[in-house]
Amino acid sequence: MSKTTEKVRKTLARRYRAERRFKAFGIVSIVIGLSALLLLFGDIIGKGHSAFFEHYVELSITYDPETLEIEDANDPEQLRYGNFEGVVRAAIQERFPRVEERQDRRALNALLSTSAGYELRDRLEADPSLLGQKETLWLQLDDDADMFLKGSEKQRENARLSPQQREWVLDLEAAGETRSEFNRSLFTSGDSREPEQAGILGAILGSVFTMLVTLALSFPIGIAAAIYLEEFAPKNRFTDFIEVNINNLAAVPSIIFGLLGLAIFLSWFGMPRSVPLVGGIVLTLMTLPTVIISSRAAIKAVPPSIREAAMGLGASKMQVVLHHVLPLAMPGMLTGAIIGMAQALGETAPLLMIGMVAFIVELPTGPLSAATVLPVQIFLWAGSPEQSFVALTSAAIMVLLAFLIAMNTLAVVLRKRLERRW
Amino acid sequence: MNVKMKASIVGAAAALALATAPATAIARDTISIVGSSTVYPFATVVAERFGRASGQPTPKIESTGSGGGMKIFCQGVGENTPDITNASRRMKTSEFELCQKNGVKDITEVQIGYDGLALANSVKGQDMDITLRDLYLALAKDVPDPKGGEKLVPNPYKTWKDVNPALPNIKIEVIGPPPTSGTRDSFNELGVEGGCKTFDWLKAMKGQDKDKYKAVCRSIREDGAYIEAGENDNLIIQKLESTPDALGAFGYSFLDQNRGGVKAVKINGVEPDMNTISSGDYPMSRSMFFYVKKAHVGVVPGIEGYIKEFTSERAWGEEGYLVDKGLIPSHKDERKKWAKNAAALNSMTGKEL
Repeated sequence: MSKTTEKVRKTLARRYRAERRFKAFGIVSIVIGLSALLLLFGDIIGKGHSAFFEHYVELSITYDPETLEIEDANDPEQLRYGNFEGVVRAAIQERFPRVEERQDRRALNALLSTSAGYELRDRLEADPSLLGQKETLWLQLDDDADMFLKGSEKQRENARLSPQQREWVLDLEAAGETRSEFNRSLFTSGDSREPEQAGILGAILGSVFTMLVTLALSFPIGIAAAIYLEEFAPKNRFTDFIEVNINNLAAVPSIIFGLLGLAIFLSWFGMPRSVPLVGGIVLTLMTLPTVIISSRAAIKAVPPSIREAAMGLGASKMQVVLHHVLPLAMPGMLTGAIIGMAQALGETAPLLMIGMVAFIVELPTGPLSAATVLPVQIFLWAGSPEQSFVALTSAAIMVLLAFLIAMNTLAVVLRKRLERRW
Repeated sequence: MNVKMKASIVGAAAALALATAPATAIARDTISIVGSSTVYPFATVVAERFGRASGQPTPKIESTGSGGGMKIFCQGVGENTPDITNASRRMKTSEFELCQKNGVKDITEVQIGYDGLALANSVKGQDMDITLRDLYLALAKDVPDPKGGEKLVPNPYKTWKDVNPALPNIKIEVIGPPPTSGTRDSFNELGVEGGCKTFDWLKAMKGQDKDKYKAVCRSIREDGAYIEAGENDNLIIQKLESTPDALGAFGYSFLDQNRGGVKAVKINGVEPDMNTISSGDYPMSRSMFFYVKKAHVGVVPGIEGYIKEFTSERAWGEEGYLVDKGLIPSHKDERKKWAKNAAALNSMTGKEL
């Protein structure tokens, strides 16, 4: 046996051990990462799943013209000022006829959501012939009563209901006059301060408009900048300086872009506050570096042989770029753009400065109407005192996560399908 | 991608850039409100009801903090400035002057009601009844020497019992908002400073050296007895539920909404509730305001309607819907006075501040 082999033999076991240890470290880090993710998801889903359902109560409603103070259901003016809450109150008091004290009646009325009256108004508006008629309807319960019904034994003890109210709700539950339904308003309405009426559609639309503006601006600008810097720009100190700056910009805290937006777009250009257009422009500034850097990487990855072959056939520089390099680099550029968009979708800090952290009930109709975005909605709900908003916050986080996962999946799929190996 | 497609993308970007130009010319039909995060939960409810009932667009409300709101509000008159700002304290003279300087001449002031600052612990914790002096001694950075004399020493107290023998023998641990929060300002002013003033020689310092007085009476110790929990009051409540010995400081509406998990600490023997806060018996209460830019009334539709809704008895009255959200209504006569003032849109003179 030679000396070297002997030496190797001696250290072999130790080297194997080192390798096993190294692998074990890797596995442990992955397990830590995964369990953190599981914990996060478990917590969010555990808190948020109940928000996707809400409780309704069955009541027999009489559209009494006298209580409503409506003579003609076709008159929009009368409809607007109709006393629909009075009708709802009459209905629940009819269900519990023995409640007579003023205070008690107030407590009883408080079990129903204020949305009940608005629903009756909408129904009467849609069908004026209902005036004077009777109808059995499922109406929304107030968030406190809803929380009570959703809660476990222990949670019920802590619910914000008086003993009397508990009795009434339990009575309704026992009689089968309450039921749990999918929370439609969560996906069909804008923000509200009543948890049972609050929805995220407004925030989703706001996010969509903001993202459209960001995409429409950052994609063309980013690609044009990347192509110029990569294919046409001379390599000198000035372009080096630009490159360093782009890389630096990618690391600037996002709130700075918000301050910039406030100073330039709102104060100088006099653009309106709280609109997705400004939000989109600010987020464009934030995502541009990401888009440029990833686009440049994609262009760099196109082999020089392609360019040389095209040149050899007599193509001009511009033809080489537009006909050959750009189509081949496109999948990588798209991936970069989508990841940049996903990053922008989760951003709140820059929007704070330009007034998009706001309570907005109306659904936005375009990039110029006041809107907020999903992460801001989550932030606002997380700070609300009503307990039901805890579940709503988690539900909104789930929706945001779903969007982010969808976008990132799209990026992966695009890369896999369009990618070409050389 | 061919040249045509490329051209169309550039075209689209150009069209979008052009679309921004006329944006500034469109008149605003939505009321724009900024200001305090303490008033936000109430203003939003009013805005929503107003929008639903009037058929007009629901006002847009930004939660910027009292100071931030004043700054934006006083920027000037015009479509891109807000119509109303909310505040959890009265407008400062300096802010009034800023408004005047920028052409915001006529401002109407409306007091909405009161907000209490609650000190609470978990329902599993012991019942506590402390005085403002106890609170000051427990939390201030420097306190009068326990051995006597008019000398300040770094806060030596570890437990509530050290502070006052009548209190339970538990570690001093108060979870509260960070210095950026308006609630923290009130906590320092009403709570800690309130206790500080009970020492005559410290109170006398106010007249002689105001800066030093403020530094002494509004400073909070930084050795871990006061724990900053971020702006989110819900977070404080969650922490209280898991640490029964700790106390937490937050707005009264949060106490009201979480009675199942936390209970109030009595201050000077008074429990915070609607009556004690509005009467001022509970020492840590503050009034809330909103300010209207008169130049915008009649230009932006609905401002008068919104003010009317806010100052109506069914909103801010003793049985109004704002009370359900935790507002402490002003006294009846006060409400009448402010509602009248709001309806007439009386301008502030600057002298009342």
